[in-house]
Amino acid sequence: MMAKSTPVLEIDAILDDPQTRIVVCCGSGGVGKTTTAAALGLRAAERGRTVVVLTVDPARRLAQSMGLTELDNTPRPVPGIQGEGALHAMMLDMKRTFDEIIEAHADPERAQQILTNPFYQSLSSSFSGTQEYMAMEKLGQLRRSGNWDLIIVDTPPSRSALDFLDAPERLGRFLDGRLIRLLMAPAKAGGRSAFKLLNAGFGLVAGVLTKVLGAQVLKDIQTFVSALDAVFGGFRQRAEQTYKLLQAPGTAFVVVAAPERDAMREASYFVERLAEERMPLAGLVINRVHLSPAGALSAARSAAAAEDLESRGEHELTAAVLRLHTGRMQLAAREHREREHFVSAHPTVPLAQVPAMPADVHDLDGLREIGTLLAAS
Amino acid sequence: MSARDSDWDGVRLHVVTGKGGTGKTTVAASLALALASGGRKVLLVEVEGRQGIAQVFDLPPLPYEERKIAVAPGGGDVFALAVDPEEAMLEYLEMFYGMRRAGRALTKIGVVDFATTIAPGLRDVLVTGKTSEAVRRRGADGRRVYDAVVLDAPPTGRIARFLNVTSEVAGLARMGPIKNHADLVRGVMASPETAVHFVTLLEEMPVQETLDGVAELRGAGLPTGGIFVNMVRPALLPEATLEAARRGRLDLGELTLGLKAAGLADLATGTAAVAEALALEVAEHAARTELERGERESLSSSGLPQYELGLLADGVDLAGLYELAESMCEQGAA
Repeated sequence: MMAKSTPVLEIDAILDDPQTRIVVCCGSGGVGKTTTAAALGLRAAERGRTVVVLTVDPARRLAQSMGLTELDNTPRPVPGIQGEGALHAMMLDMKRTFDEIIEAHADPERAQQILTNPFYQSLSSSFSGTQEYMAMEKLGQLRRSGNWDLIIVDTPPSRSALDFLDAPERLGRFLDGRLIRLLMAPAKAGGRSAFKLLNAGFGLVAGVLTKVLGAQVLKDIQTFVSALDAVFGGFRQRAEQTYKLLQAPGTAFVVVAAPERDAMREASYFVERLAEERMPLAGLVINRVHLSPAGALSAARSAAAAEDLESRGEHELTAAVLRLHTGRMQLAAREHREREHFVSAHPTVPLAQVPAMPADVHDLDGLREIGTLLAAS
Repeated sequence: MSARDSDWDGVRLHVVTGKGGTGKTTVAASLALALASGGRKVLLVEVEGRQGIAQVFDLPPLPYEERKIAVAPGGGDVFALAVDPEEAMLEYLEMFYGMRRAGRALTKIGVVDFATTIAPGLRDVLVTGKTSEAVRRRGADGRRVYDAVVLDAPPTGRIARFLNVTSEVAGLARMGPIKNHADLVRGVMASPETAVHFVTLLEEMPVQETLDGVAELRGAGLPTGGIFVNMVRPALLPEATLEAARRGRLDLGELTLGLKAAGLADLATGTAAVAEALALEVAEHAARTELERGERESLSSSGLPQYELGLLADGVDLAGLYELAESMCEQGAA
């Protein structure tokens, strides 16, 4: 059981507080982050709030568990919510979101030029930072719309949970970078001497890129970059605004983990990183915790008793059940150690844990149950 | 190199993918040990800058350099390489254009970062290119340097794209050196000497992703390998007991008698209460087993060979890797 000194993550207090406007669920992949986000959204809605859940996970099963055949880039109402509140859900379509920004900020001719460029296609659909940036862009849009008083964001499944914080900045820096300026230099430089200087640098770069990529590719890059530059004069500025939104007091970060070494290590890094960035951490949710209804019987005693019965060749059923129990208790002990490891490093971080379920969530009742377990920690 | 009695004789590049959290790196590492056993030489490659190999082998972070990290059972060496796209780019420039120093200068002003950022396909070509170079490499004696290469690849959701480098790059470069390079790499990836293995757990989402991934690879004409079902819990109870537990008809009287016979009559909660709690645990386990059976059937629909890897009781450590490697050899996976 949880040590007395560990603070408990009061989920309901956070969801009920009208000051809470954004909840960000983050953590490494495969820890049940999306399900946690959906369960929090449902619980908040059924406690009277008007909620939208923004997910990036294309799992159809989650959409189905919310009674929707599929999720898209527009918030859709989730049927079957009890009480006064409302729940909407949507799935980020990063290419669509990127296209919309271009269409909104460029004249039709230039927009067309950008949208059909092969590098835009590549950047908008597969650059690892684009998804994170677009998630933030969408979050900003939802926040400004004023249609919801609580937005729950499920972060992209990055290799590392930290990518989420770095990617928007990276994309911004990239589009604002030294090389991009260099590539555009011939088109931009006005004064003669400046032109000459920059052109020398450009010549070197262009020479190598042409060798490696081919002349057509280089031309595509240049066209793309200069078209995009006209649209995103302040791309980095946008990234910074997003960052500020996340630091605001109405935001709560919920770090999600499973009680395994890798996931807990990621959670640890993330907690430290949030503190560094002065982003408001609400606490850590540990999913899929294995508990035993027969916790009074320790692994060691259970194993010894099983061995005793086996050596005497008696009570086969009991011996096998005791073996099963031993394994369960060992797993629980290992998970407990992982958690204590985290707690000793971060004693002030509030914790909630959700027991492992025998099956995946398939409907609103399943999500509701997870919400109840989250709040009961 | 003598042929061995394995399902993948003739395969020289083993690509290992899986959903996050399924133990992809652990399986890749064990597979490398299994393939190297009996005196062979295997290279284990990672490409995501995660230093996962160093972690599972309990080593300091690996440099961009092939180095020996383990000795396989019965002799045989496992080498490891952590591919860094930037370093791979420099190597590429040197190998094909003889311009390593110019490459360094370009790195400084961010050209390499730029090129690999704006075109993720390019990044993939560089890391898969490095891997296929190791697969094809021959020593001075004309023999292959490595008997096999194991690639700890990106997760299932990204695998087809990652390996299908030609189409990724085609949108960017219709001709020119990088396109030719991509074609060469694609040739290695699509060859019968390559197999893409999937790591999964007996849970709904990883199984679904595995099946989607298999379909995607087939659609792209890439060679599928086997399915490694990871973290399988041993079957401790006979089916009849599980069936009884599922119906809530586990023999509590017998269980209680057994507990007493084993000297567990002194528990604070009372023996009968403990028996009931244990029965609950068995029922949960039985429900889980039933679900797992369904997932196994779904996996069978793929038609790929399946290998079961037991849950490591003490977590993943070096001894655990050898244990899994042995199990792979026994099952004919290596």
